[in-house]
Amino acid sequence: MSGKLFAIVVILIALASAVPIINHTFMGANVALPEDISTHGAEIDKQIDETMIEAGLSFLAAQLVLGFFVWQYAGRKDGVLKNFPGGAKYLVLAAVLLVGAEAIALGAIGTKAWATVYFKPASADALPIQVQAGQFAFYFRYAGPDGKFGGLHPDKIDEGNSNFFGLDPENDVAARDDITSGELVIPVNKEIHLMMHAKDVGHSFYVRELRIQQDFVPGLDLSLHFTATKVGKYEIVCTQLCGLGHYNMKAYLNVMSQDDFDKWLKAQSN
Amino acid sequence: MHASKPCIAMLIATLCPALMFGGTVSGKVTYTGTPVKQKAIDMSKEPSCAKQHATPVTTETIVTGANNVLENVVVYISAGADDANAPSQAVTFTQKGCQYIPHVIALHTGQELQVVNADQTSHNIHPLAKVNREWNKSQPPGSPNIQEKFDQPEFISVKCNIHPWMHGWFAVLKTSHYSITGDNGGFSLPNLPPGKYTITAWHEDYGTQTQDVTITGNETKSIDFSFKAKAY
Repeated sequence: MSGKLFAIVVILIALASAVPIINHTFMGANVALPEDISTHGAEIDKQIDETMIEAGLSFLAAQLVLGFFVWQYAGRKDGVLKNFPGGAKYLVLAAVLLVGAEAIALGAIGTKAWATVYFKPASADALPIQVQAGQFAFYFRYAGPDGKFGGLHPDKIDEGNSNFFGLDPENDVAARDDITSGELVIPVNKEIHLMMHAKDVGHSFYVRELRIQQDFVPGLDLSLHFTATKVGKYEIVCTQLCGLGHYNMKAYLNVMSQDDFDKWLKAQSN
Repeated sequence: MHASKPCIAMLIATLCPALMFGGTVSGKVTYTGTPVKQKAIDMSKEPSCAKQHATPVTTETIVTGANNVLENVVVYISAGADDANAPSQAVTFTQKGCQYIPHVIALHTGQELQVVNADQTSHNIHPLAKVNREWNKSQPPGSPNIQEKFDQPEFISVKCNIHPWMHGWFAVLKTSHYSITGDNGGFSLPNLPPGKYTITAWHEDYGTQTQDVTITGNETKSIDFSFKAKAY
């Protein structure tokens, strides 16, 4: 009797666990994620849906089979099986093939979503913006009217003086008009090329609406590109535990019309 | 009642020399040239601080007043003064609107420092001491004041580990004869017994200057300091 009860519990847990999967996949992606505001986000959402469906169906099937066996055989008193019927070898082989096939299938479907972001370089007319993550803030640098970034000199970093990147305006003409901001301000419908580096430890750049999450790795210059399609203000959060102030490490992404962006950039130059 | 009379007499005897014979050194700190323009601070990541400032605040490395006066200069007696004891009252350093107020404080070695968090956000005060023991302490909103002392004279750069733009200075001195210039650039070091003194003026970016002064009695000596502004 207790065996049958246990089987019912197993099946109930499986069905309850399926609710968020069904919600996510069939009630629209916005149940789990906010509206997508990027050109590449649809691919990512599709990938998440497909992963949810595949993994969700496999999970449900496995749990239902488990429940069935518990229901059917939990009450048997005729001892324990000494050998698995047909031998364990084939079962293991079948499991490896099944799981392997699923992993390969997900990978194959995901390649496209991944490649549009990572394998394709930013186009030549993308707006380059440098991002520096440091404990516990993001800073963004624009090349300024001359279109050239000044060189970085870590020994010149002087945060109390707002020299977060370590620019050397005294000797470096290109650095003099560089614009540093605590907010990522970008024009809408324009490709943005982010050049990312960490000042100290590992951090992560996450904007849910952009469907972008990219780690900063100390010592590596990383590159990312995207196009935002909707004007608005969104949150950029650090999603890599980076120290005491991690909870407070955030910035805002401000997507503006091209006109507003030009005005903002001009105001920053003065 | 009987006991209080000698006390008052002693008090007057102690205070009188200072009041009657104390000399004063006073003057003004100015700059020549064009100082570098201060940058606006972007506090957008900390809305509770950003909303406290109607216009964006700027960095405070170089703060100037009308008629080329230079603010935040610590003018103090670096040699000649005899005051080994720290004053008993504490010096307060406040974190408000994600800024340090005031930007520069001076305190005696061994004098108590009180760090106040008047903000609705956490701060982490980190004096980058090299001679003294370095420490950094987290201070969530509403938590009690942090009390600290420094044993050795040192100019200590202070930062917040949570808000990178926050910056201030602790001038830890061996004397309590000091003055920090405000918006009129003036300083005054009163109550100096006769003697020979070295007066030092320190600025966080422009460095130090010294002048020697001899006080002979109840007089006011006027000296001025002038720093050369750097273009970058």
